[in-house]
This record gives sequence, C-alpha cells and structure tokens, in this order.
Amino acid sequence: MKKVAVIGVAQTNFTAAQDKTEVELFAEAALEAMAKSNIKPRDIQALFVGNVLGDFSEGQGMVQAFAAENIGCFNVPANRYEGACASASMAVRDAFMWVASGFYDIVLAGGVERAATMGTPLATRTFAMFSDSRYEFPSGITFPGVFAMLAHLYASHYNVPLKKLKEQMAQVSVQSYKYGMHNPKAQMRKEVTIEDVLNSFMVSTPIQLHDCCPFSDGGSALILASEDAAKKLTDKPVYITGVGQASAGPLSSQKKYLPRIYSREVSSKLAYKMAGRTPDDIDVCELHDCFSIASIIAVESLGFFEFGTSGEAWMKGEAAIGGKVAINPSGGLKAKGHPIGATGGGQVYEIVNQLRGEVEPERLVEGAKIGMTDTLGGDGGTLVNIILERGW
Amino acid sequence: MSFKEFNKALKKNKLLGLKCGDCGAINVPPKMVCSECTGTNLEITELSGKGSVKTFTTNYVAAEGRECEAPYIIVMVELDEGPWIMGNLIDIAPNKVDMDLIGKRVVMGVKVFPGDKYSAGDMARPLFSFEA
Ligand SMILES: [Zn+2]
Repeated sequence: MKKVAVIGVAQTNFTAAQDKTEVELFAEAALEAMAKSNIKPRDIQALFVGNVLGDFSEGQGMVQAFAAENIGCFNVPANRYEGACASASMAVRDAFMWVASGFYDIVLAGGVERAATMGTPLATRTFAMFSDSRYEFPSGITFPGVFAMLAHLYASHYNVPLKKLKEQMAQVSVQSYKYGMHNPKAQMRKEVTIEDVLNSFMVSTPIQLHDCCPFSDGGSALILASEDAAKKLTDKPVYITGVGQASAGPLSSQKKYLPRIYSREVSSKLAYKMAGRTPDDIDVCELHDCFSIASIIAVESLGFFEFGTSGEAWMKGEAAIGGKVAINPSGGLKAKGHPIGATGGGQVYEIVNQLRGEVEPERLVEGAKIGMTDTLGGDGGTLVNIILERGW
Repeated sequence: MSFKEFNKALKKNKLLGLKCGDCGAINVPPKMVCSECTGTNLEITELSGKGSVKTFTTNYVAAEGRECEAPYIIVMVELDEGPWIMGNLIDIAPNKVDMDLIGKRVVMGVKVFPGDKYSAGDMARPLFSFEA
C-alpha cells in the first residue's frame, strides 16, 4: 500500500440557509483546495463527493457529476456517497483507498449539503430517514429523539443524576461555542453559559436547543495524493495513517451496547490498529457532536476517557485545548455547523490546519502532531474514523 | 416473515417475532437471519407484548406532517422475551414523565401511522400503557 497525503484543504463558510446551489458550494471549496495544492482540474483523476439530501433540498440528484463538469474535471469518474452525516468521511476513506492502492495518484474528496435551506420541518423529516423507516419511524422518532433516549439511558446506565448530566452536557456546548467564536467559518458565533443552555427551548427531553447542532449549508473539499506526488506539490503533507469504518442496524438492534455505539468502537479500533497508535497518542480530535450527549458518548468509545466519566472531563477542562485531548477546537458541529454531506470533509479540514499550525491562535492546539476525525451517520448506522499525522 | 405479515399482525394487536431454531434467540423485528447466530432456521412466534421501559423521551419537535402529534412520548421497551422495541407511551401526560419511568412495566397496544408522502404505505406501531 502506498502512503497517502492530504495536500490541500478547503471549506466554505458553514451557514444558515443561503443562495448558492450545491454545485456552487462544492465548487467554491474544490477550486480553493486545488489552488492550495498547486494543481489544475486536469490533474484530478477522480471525484468522491458526500451528499445526502440534494434530491430533497433542491431537486438535484447526482450532484457529483454536475460538480465535476462545473470545476473542469471533465469526464472523470465521479462518485456520490450517502451515509447520512458520515457521507464525506466515507468519500475521504474511499479516496484514500484508491490512492493507497496505486490506482490513482491525485483525487478530490469532500462533500456538500444544503440542510438549512430545507427548513426545520422538512429537514427533521428527512433526517429521520436515517432511522429505521418501517419499524421505528412510525413512533415519531427524530434525530434529536434518538440522542435524547441515549441521554436518559446514559444517566440510568452509569448512575449519573440527570441534573448533573444536563450540566455536563451544557458544558460541552459552552466549550464548543467558545471555540466557534474564533472560527471565521463557523455558523454560530456567540458565547453561551450553562444557564443559557439550560434555559433554551426543549426539543426532545432532556435535549434542549443549545444541546443541538444547527441545520447548515456548506461544502468541503480535500486533495489526496500519493506520497510521490505529494512531495512535489507541498512541503507540509499530512498523511492519513489509519482509517476505519463500520455499520450497524436500527437503534433497537444495538441494545446490547447502548448507550455505547458499538460501530464506533469497531471503526476506531480499525483506525488505531492501522496507524499503530493508541488513544493516548491523539493530540486533537474533531468528533461528531450533533448533540451534546453525543460528544460525551463518543469520547468514551474512542478510548479517551472511562465509560460513564467523560462529563466530568469536560467540567475539568480535560477535553479542552491544553487538556488530555483537545476536542473540537473548530467549535464542532455545534458551533461550526453541520451540513451533513460536507461534515466529514470539514473535520479533516480542521485537523489538517491544526497539524499545520494554521488556525486562529485562540483555538490552536499548539504542537499537535497527530489528529483524528470521528463521524457518525444516523443512529450509528455508519461510523468512520480517520487518523492524520504531520509528515514533515 | 415479511414486513407486510408483521404489520398485518400488529394491527390486530399481535406482536410477531422469529424464534431461532439453532440458538433459541427471539428476533423482533423480523430479519433474514438470527441476529445472535446468523442462523436461518427461524420460526414465527407470537410474543406477549409485555416488558419494561429502558429509556424514553418526550418529543416536542415532530417531523413535517406530524406536528399535530407533538408532544408525544417515545419509549424503548425491553420485551420479556429479550428484544428491544420502539413505541409510544400513553396513560401519562407527556410533560409529566421523568427518570422514574425507567424500569416501569408496560403492556403493548397498537396504533397505525397512516404514512406520509415519503412512506410506502401505512405502518402499525406499538402503543404501550402501564401494566395493571
Ligand atoms: Zn440464532
């Protein structure tokens, strides 16, 4: 297998509903990633695009083919990935494998979504499509509803009083908003307090508005290159050293492990093993904080903190920059935004910039050498982890 | 067992599962293979519909077309036969439930969701109430 580097990354602003089409949003990120990688459209041999709901948000299926033509990558193979919120991470992982195999030298991977454009009722309906449509959606399950049930289960399973857990969840959001303030591409740029979170609108008990990430529009793009190609194009290659992906069935089928998400444990173990790393080696992690409880659950399955204890870790600053592991210095999905088809690409964008030291000083994880992304689709149906390391 | 058979039985308040002839596990909802041992020696069996609440939420924000249902309680129930199943809970006001609900004994009834423009037809769902 060849070594694979990420040589250039780009992300549009993640925003509330806006006017650009998905092709335009993706093109904006793609052209910037190409410029940063010192390549032209003709250098790209294939395109891998995460996109989930283009059919619903603007009546556009097969966005990858139109995007390829739009950015001058004429007639290259263009693939669309749909794994709910993990779509772009699937695209990056597959792009990685094609380059690692030696089949391609340079590929473009990323994603795009206009989730905010759909408005809350339709977005809520379409996001609920990532639950089991025949056996679970009839009960009125929504995406916040899934994590709300996991929060109550977490409290009962680990004997954490709900009031205490809610404060810990609020602190997760407070930290994300704090970093998002310093991220110029973030959607939510204001500070909140634990009180603000606990006083916000109830969505699905015990999850309140400020426990939830927003619906977002945005695009992300990365250029992946073989080691040989990368050396000619950049003096700051960031290597993908480990990848993992796993799947799972409906929430009720995951009963043996809940509130743990077993697909995450399978996926992250694969990534750690491939990279030859352990959780202790990770300096910075962009993880899937679609809801505040999701962060608490994620860090435990990723091996950063003991099961049932990670809420405390946030309260003590151990999940902050300067703590044991820096979690979501971008502001995470919570503050940065969650344009689902683009999200995983946005996470890699952040880690690459962190490892290169190219982020705002207020949210820089100084000296970070190894980073990780964690992207969850639906209620655990798709899970992707990627480990990235400084290559210079 | 197909979804159609499961759905038809559920509408008559009968919860059907699959009993594995190889390992004895009960599978609900139906699958092509046993979720414990992947065996295909599965036989349709009727379940009690009784169990206890493992977790819950009161949902205040419903999907498009279902706004009039909110607020409503969603529960995950561990059936006495082992599997977990998602359903709704009646018998208690949605704004009155708290952590005390976890562990409570419930018994299944049924309600039909007629489907919307994205659903391939109607779907019955378990509607739990407290065991007398
Ligand atoms: Zn079996």
